Amino acid sequence: MDEIFGIPAPLLFGQLLLGLINGAFYAMLSLGLAVIFGLLNIINFTHGAQFMMGAFAAWMLLEWAGLGYWWALLLAPIIVGATGVITERLMIRRLYKLDHLYGLLLTFGIGLIIEGIFRNEFGSSGLPYRIPPQLQGSWDLGFMFLPIYRGWVVIFALFACLATWLVIEKTRLGAYLRAATENATLVQAFGVNVPRMITLTYGAGVGLAALAGVLAAPIYSVNPQMGSNLIIVVFAVVVIGGMGSILGSVLTGFGLGIVEGLTKVFWPEASATVIFVIMAIVLLARPAGLFGRG
Amino acid sequence: MMHRRTLLAAGTAAAVMPAPLSRARAQANTIKIGVLNDQSGNYSYIAGLNGVIMAQVAAQEFGNRGFNVEILSADHQNKPDVGANIARQWLDRDGVDMILDVPTSSIGLAVNGICREKNKAYINVGSATADLTGSQCSPNTAHWVYDTYMLAKSTGGAMVRAGGDSWFFITADYAFGHALERDTTTFVRAAGGRVMGGVRYPFPATTDFSSFIVQAQASRAKVIGLANAGQDTTNCIKQIAEFGLTRRGTKVAALLMFIADVHALGLDVAQGLVMTESFYWDMNDRTRTFTQRVRPRLNNGQVPNMVTAGNYSGTLHYLKAVADMGVAAAKASGVDVINRMKAMPTEDDAFGTGTIRPDGRRIIPSFLFEVKSPAESRAPWDYLKLLQTTPAEEAFRPLAEGGCSLVRS
Amino acid sequence: MASETTADAIVPAARDGRGIWGFTRPQLVALLVLAAMLVAGPYFLYPVFLMKLLCFALFACAFNLLIGYVGLLSFGHAAYFGMGGYIAGHVAKVWGFTPEVAVLAGAVVAGLQGWVFGWIAIRRAGIYFAMITLALAQMIYFFCVQAPFTGGEDGIQAIPRGSFLGSMGLSSDWSMYWFVAGIFMIGFLLIHRIIHSPYGQVLKAIRENEPRAISLGYRTEDYKLVAFILSATLAGVAGGTKALVFGIATLTDVHWAMSGEVVLMTLVGGLGTVFGPVVGAAVIVTMQNYLAEMGAWVTVIQGGIFVACVLAFRRGIVGEIANLLRVRL
Repeated sequence: MDEIFGIPAPLLFGQLLLGLINGAFYAMLSLGLAVIFGLLNIINFTHGAQFMMGAFAAWMLLEWAGLGYWWALLLAPIIVGATGVITERLMIRRLYKLDHLYGLLLTFGIGLIIEGIFRNEFGSSGLPYRIPPQLQGSWDLGFMFLPIYRGWVVIFALFACLATWLVIEKTRLGAYLRAATENATLVQAFGVNVPRMITLTYGAGVGLAALAGVLAAPIYSVNPQMGSNLIIVVFAVVVIGGMGSILGSVLTGFGLGIVEGLTKVFWPEASATVIFVIMAIVLLARPAGLFGRG
Repeated sequence: MMHRRTLLAAGTAAAVMPAPLSRARAQANTIKIGVLNDQSGNYSYIAGLNGVIMAQVAAQEFGNRGFNVEILSADHQNKPDVGANIARQWLDRDGVDMILDVPTSSIGLAVNGICREKNKAYINVGSATADLTGSQCSPNTAHWVYDTYMLAKSTGGAMVRAGGDSWFFITADYAFGHALERDTTTFVRAAGGRVMGGVRYPFPATTDFSSFIVQAQASRAKVIGLANAGQDTTNCIKQIAEFGLTRRGTKVAALLMFIADVHALGLDVAQGLVMTESFYWDMNDRTRTFTQRVRPRLNNGQVPNMVTAGNYSGTLHYLKAVADMGVAAAKASGVDVINRMKAMPTEDDAFGTGTIRPDGRRIIPSFLFEVKSPAESRAPWDYLKLLQTTPAEEAFRPLAEGGCSLVRS
Repeated sequence: MASETTADAIVPAARDGRGIWGFTRPQLVALLVLAAMLVAGPYFLYPVFLMKLLCFALFACAFNLLIGYVGLLSFGHAAYFGMGGYIAGHVAKVWGFTPEVAVLAGAVVAGLQGWVFGWIAIRRAGIYFAMITLALAQMIYFFCVQAPFTGGEDGIQAIPRGSFLGSMGLSSDWSMYWFVAGIFMIGFLLIHRIIHSPYGQVLKAIRENEPRAISLGYRTEDYKLVAFILSATLAGVAGGTKALVFGIATLTDVHWAMSGEVVLMTLVGGLGTVFGPVVGAAVIVTMQNYLAEMGAWVTVIQGGIFVACVLAFRRGIVGEIANLLRVRL
């Protein structure tokens, strides 16, 4: 089997692999959205800006503190997550009793502010950020050169998603979290500090976005608008997946990455629209999304 | 920034005051130049405020030859309606005589129409579209430093002569990308090169180009042509470097790229890249002295680039024409000023000598550059080395081919 | 699913008063003030600026029809606004249609587009609805970038204003202003009429309590779809008119940032108020024009207004005034 639909098989496998890597970003971002949504019932429109902040945090750590990629991987999510915690405490908290749409509008506004400030500070042309020396170079897979860094991204993203899933499904903290999603008042009555848990959950979701931002910094242009185009695609991914389950959002993210990757080979012009078309089809057939409940 | 505050005040006053009062224009002896560009959006790093500053420098160096010069500026925020509104208001109410710069082709073309309607002078520096001197050409307009045709001809043709004879295109799937790809393909073929393939990706939704880079690699082309701009171009270059294509000898030709992009990418990523400009600060003694003179005025430690130097050069030539014909005549008709500008050779420190054709195209040489490696670069902003020069008379689209209605055959 | 709440809390419930054309007395006063300002405006302000303002005001009113009276937050209204502009521009420039027909053509296409998108999107409510409309609008954006007739990044340039009914030339800013003011007034009154029709009453019933409306035998999906189509059509009218005013139709008007702006205008003015969107549009458009020197801070300021409105002034300007005066506006 040398060729599939006129494309040499090895090239196709290479493209599948690249799609998977792209899907890793979708998975991490939609996972963060799903975690936040699960407990706060808010669609976090700031997610794209927080992804961008993660990448900028990596750059700042390097330029201003001399801390390289590995430190950034650890510190940037904590720093950006902390800004998320502050945002939740100061602003988002006030909206829980109101319609969820207000949460959407608020986070949209916050996103605009963050993007504007970064554009003022750093301009729009982008900042250089390098691949760490340990991950430079590429593997010769015979049919293509795969940069080591891309392999690292997919492995690390899988690991991060798995860890998040384990925390939520297998730990006591996760059990509280799931319980609070169902009935916050009751969990509070058992003596669990639900407001704090909500705050930390938001921080964690934001941290995941920032982590994705650090992963993206060496391969994508680091500029203030890097998150805004991506976030709309991720929204579509979320609608397709249905946010019913953590695992669902991860699977949808990776799956759509692959679909998009294949489209880039057979019909590149349509590779941006394909996810939106899938979204429309899924909505017609299964309004709750692939993994949605009810 | 003093001039911006005055502008703000003037704008508000014009808006609040009843119409007849605001017709009271500034002194008849003052020439007003409005610099309209992107000062906050995606293209602000190319010229932005530095573009305004360079126009001011030109006005100062020109001095007072019997009339005052006032430079206004505004940010069109990359929104055509905002840009068009500002331009109309400038010409209708604020007595602006010439509009300068105007990047982003949608706004550049819109202002082109407005200046023609109001018979004012228009020097476009920042827009890439060759339509300004083609199908949409205007007797009120001069297009100053570059256009898509010139970029395609220099990068496509000269690159083949330099050995890059097989191409693969990564093209943004919209009119601008198509035009760049089409024009470049013509020149690559004309010079004896081949196009091995290409891919059109959705704009502006694409951040990951790895799939296309792998396809480019599989085509075994010697040159990857990037028919796109801005963030897409820098993303492509970053990822091509990541995939190690440049290390294995593939050349990357960025069809629209500015030295500010090289600065943003860093030399270790951008090295070996090929691009075309009509101005580089380190070309010769004259440009170096010029750079030394103006650089302290610029923000962010930038050197003058093709667009900001173009603003300087355009302002200077315009003022020379005004001095030549008299302020009253210059204020009366934008067409007359542009005609006078066409009748005089252009001459300044940044671009040397040049001419303006009947269709409004300023004719200057174009240069094909290669980005230096970090080892070759000896000083900050020492980024480019010259590969080829296309002489002025060959650099731009031949007068007859543009379809400009001003050209009588 | 917990997320699927209808937007019952987003607009304060309002009882219906009676009066001429469904206007209450305070509303009638406000309407007269508005009409007087429309007539006097061009003597004091730059007409082109005023025309732009009116186009956005109509756009915001159309958007408000959906959020304010059906409780559906569309985050993709730029798609209809921008498409209306492209179609009107194309037929006026290439096919030589008169301006009123051009605007109508833009409206029809935007309405058809609203039909298809509405049909898909009304399957979900709340934030899902917002995300779906956003995603669908993004598709339209990609389409407009690529489609040959839109001119890609250049947009459609030099659209002629033409002459009204083929006889009254609109090339002067003054005559164009009356044309735009007329369109705005018609659109504004039409929206008001729709809200106060029996159909509008059902819409409000759906907003307040959809399950109950269903149990009363209303096919709520149909009602919502029709509201969506109307809103999209009027957005198309606004977009088409704007294209004629400036003589250009470009990608900015289909971009998602435009969708965000119209949400902001309506929010600032007051969701679910009749005059709120007009005031909101006036505030935002004025700000964009006269803060053009602020550079990127415009984005920051806009974001700040968003945050301030959501946190502190959920009623918006007109809503707050109405609340103070204890009237409906």
